[in-house]
Amino acid sequence: MNVLEFTFLVWIGSLAAGFLGALTGLGGGVVLVPLLTIFFHVDLRYAIGASLVSVIATSSGSAAAYVKEGFSNIRIGMFLEIATTLGALLGAYLTAKVPANAIAIIFGVVLTYSAYVSRRVRPRTAVEQPPDPLATKLKMNGIFPDTSGLRSYNVYNVPTGFGVMFGAGALSGLLGIGSGALKVVAMDQAMKIPFKVSTTTSNFMIGVTAAASAGVYLSRGYIDPSVAMPVMLGVLLGSLIGTRVLVKTQTKSLRLVFSVVIVLLGLEMLFKGFRGGF
Amino acid sequence: MTWMDRRIPDRRNRSPQDHDWYEQRTEIVIAYLLRAGVLTAAVVVILGAVLYLGAHPAAHVDYRTFLAVPDPLRTVHGIVHTAFSGDSRAIMQLGLLLLIATPIVRVMFSVAAFSIEGDRMYVFFTMLVLAVLLYSLFGSSLIA
Repeated sequence: MNVLEFTFLVWIGSLAAGFLGALTGLGGGVVLVPLLTIFFHVDLRYAIGASLVSVIATSSGSAAAYVKEGFSNIRIGMFLEIATTLGALLGAYLTAKVPANAIAIIFGVVLTYSAYVSRRVRPRTAVEQPPDPLATKLKMNGIFPDTSGLRSYNVYNVPTGFGVMFGAGALSGLLGIGSGALKVVAMDQAMKIPFKVSTTTSNFMIGVTAAASAGVYLSRGYIDPSVAMPVMLGVLLGSLIGTRVLVKTQTKSLRLVFSVVIVLLGLEMLFKGFRGGF
Repeated sequence: MTWMDRRIPDRRNRSPQDHDWYEQRTEIVIAYLLRAGVLTAAVVVILGAVLYLGAHPAAHVDYRTFLAVPDPLRTVHGIVHTAFSGDSRAIMQLGLLLLIATPIVRVMFSVAAFSIEGDRMYVFFTMLVLAVLLYSLFGSSLIA
């Protein structure tokens, strides 16, 4: 392939990934690394570097849309960022120590798992519990607009959430993904934060977490501008179009299709990793 | 009345609800600044891309083997320096660097916002996050 062909094809692929990721809410970042490594034969480290950069672009670029849609809780986000950024540093540091095939296997597991998590529908009934003393001390309890006006909520299990967030950060740094699914699980499931607040806060956290490993990637030479350029421009444009279209389309079947694609890519990463193909 | 237009009473007279509205409005302003940052980064990347594609469109590419990006494109100082000498790959990298900087600037805004509110505990937490980010960008070559 020559420069022009490579740039154009990667751009188109990233555009589709960003578009579908935004439209289905599954995130485009997870499919970029398999796309680059399996279809374009890009080395795993360049792929991870390019993917991470594009994660920052979608997170920061869509912040305005997210903030208007729901209430993010900046205190929860900032406190948990301590865990995710430290985890991201560790993860980015580990990418140089862990063999590429092992990274590919972890990637495959995370891909299949995130597709599974996003397919589960869990109507969580809000149980009235007394506020958690630690969360109260950290001023995390807040309010958010509901169909019936403003509703207040309490936050629980702060240490558990903090621990899961450290893991989410480490995965983000190791694999060059946003790990938004895991962040939402930590907040929604463990800390009992309303789903809307969890997703909005998670979007804000993704960019900051990615920036923590981006510095390490940059100094290691993982971020090659010739690879990252078409990826970043494609994903950014795709996700901007995706969020615009989102309001007008029924995404249920599309979500299913995209989940299947994610699982297949995950299995391919697993298979290729076990065979030692990286 | 949309809540963007809502008047915020001064700090002493605020109810907890007013407080949340105020914070949310700060968030919206920050979100727009973030988007401006991303768009600026994209423009710089596009500028570099045009020069890069124009210079060697038919050159053969192969990213199968990892060779690590050349040294000047791996540090903040090197990228800025090389980009201003007109190197197309360095200009693209400068755009990517601007992109990496947007969440960092975002955290800086939060430090300022929490200081204005007088929330010392969160000024401390936010500065911790900022320290990790700055370490990654400027100091991580020491462990890499």
